[in-house]
Amino acid sequence: MPPIVSAKAIHKHFGTLHVLKGVDLDVAERELVFVIGPSGSGKSTLLRCLNRLEEPTSGSIVVDSIDMLSPRTDINHARQRIGMVFQSFNLYPHMTALGNVTLALRKVAGKSRAEADVLGRAALERVGLADRAHHRPAELSGGQQQRVAIARSIALEPRVMLFDEPTSALDPELVGSVLAVMRSLRESGMTMIVVSHEMGFARAAADRVVFMDHGLIVEQGPPAQIFESPGQERTRTFIGQIQRH
Amino acid sequence: MEEIVQAFFNREIATEALPIVLQGLLNTVLLSLLVVPLGLLGGLILALLAHSRSPFIRWPLMAWVDFFRAFPPLVLLILLFAGLPFAGLELGGFACVAIAFFLNTGAYYGEILRAGIESIPRGQVEAARSTGLSGLQAMIYIVLPQAVRNVLPDLLSNTLEVVKLTALGSVVAVPELLFQARQAQSVTYNATPIVMAAVIYFLVLWPVVRLLSRLENRALAVRG
Ligand SMILES: Nc1ncnc2c1ncn2[C@@H]1O[C@H](COP(=O)(O)OP(=O)(O)OP(=O)(O)O)[C@@H](O)[C@H]1O
Ligand SMILES: [Mg+2]
Repeated sequence: MPPIVSAKAIHKHFGTLHVLKGVDLDVAERELVFVIGPSGSGKSTLLRCLNRLEEPTSGSIVVDSIDMLSPRTDINHARQRIGMVFQSFNLYPHMTALGNVTLALRKVAGKSRAEADVLGRAALERVGLADRAHHRPAELSGGQQQRVAIARSIALEPRVMLFDEPTSALDPELVGSVLAVMRSLRESGMTMIVVSHEMGFARAAADRVVFMDHGLIVEQGPPAQIFESPGQERTRTFIGQIQRH
Repeated sequence: MEEIVQAFFNREIATEALPIVLQGLLNTVLLSLLVVPLGLLGGLILALLAHSRSPFIRWPLMAWVDFFRAFPPLVLLILLFAGLPFAGLELGGFACVAIAFFLNTGAYYGEILRAGIESIPRGQVEAARSTGLSGLQAMIYIVLPQAVRNVLPDLLSNTLEVVKLTALGSVVAVPELLFQARQAQSVTYNATPIVMAAVIYFLVLWPVVRLLSRLENRALAVRG
């Protein structure tokens, strides 16, 4: 089976800064790929290139057989198939939880308000927040906000979900609830690319760990291999650092 | 004392002038209902264009906004009213007021809305775009509602200024409140109609000023 995400030779420059230096990443359907690496290594930039929030300088990206970088591709249509969850949630503060979840269903997927409400409630149900449908983000805990953000993405039934440090902005006691939702998503067969420092989650749920440094993938493999016996010195140093914390 | 009351607070004259002055009030309200939306529309167009990344749009736009903010609206109005006929274009007072306000107050509304739009974190648009919304949809459903709320006191304050500025219409014979009061004054040889206009302006605008200061206090409380 062809990979559902296939990024080849991705380069990204910000002015003179060369942030991605030829990244290749293939992700199989139902795979959970966990991305780690030092701050500034280009993890976020890579994720943001995959749904073209960031325009790669060169390379090719195919997601679910759609050439993401072709000028003929309807990018707004393509983005429905790629969910994205941000470190800072980025919920719309002027809308209720249900409003957040249903906006794209109505305006992009073209559902009626009634249809969107049904699908939106089902998505909130999946993240355990059916009873918070009419709350504003300000009335929710950080963990609940992030789960609403996940619901906002999965309501569109994406083929792939991108997570950029989804639990980094959360108080420690709220991290578990978000990871639990991510785990249930994984069990439902969702393809996921996760940038995170939650090594416990990686060990339990990841199929593959990718270590990035200075804009390149340095090393990748099953979690046990990368965490226990990394082949590269740089990987070893990094794993050593984060495990001391 | 008696003379002052006669000249400024004359009951008979007031009764006589009331219909004329009220007609002026009605016209001021109508004029405001025209120029405020017009200015807001001009401002919105400017603010959206200011969002553009192209320097070929941004630079002329900045010059435009600076020009009309620096240009005294009275001079602009008279230029349109008394100057354009020399170019063979006679527009009439009402149209000149509408155009002048579109240009002048549009520039102010534009700056306010632009600041509001810039106050919205980038992540909001990114989240919207990541779900497939277009740039325009993200602007309409996500950015503008929050932006307007953030700058509501400034928008209201500018609107107050705009309504006050409608009195400029009197210079080009638009029969708004001040113009009508002046008419009544010249017919009756008495200042009472002007006092009436002043009282009406105050009575109409004072509640807006109160609302504004409550909004401003609330904004301070939220920030603090
Ligand atoms: N919009 C931008 N403009 C200029 N430079 C940028 C931009 N976005 C990212 N960078 C730079 O690109 C490099 C990689 O950033 P990126 O956010 O991808 O790193 P990261 O691996 O996600 O780091 P972190 O773990 O801190 O989130 C950094 O040096 C960063 O400063
Ligand atoms: Mg990052």
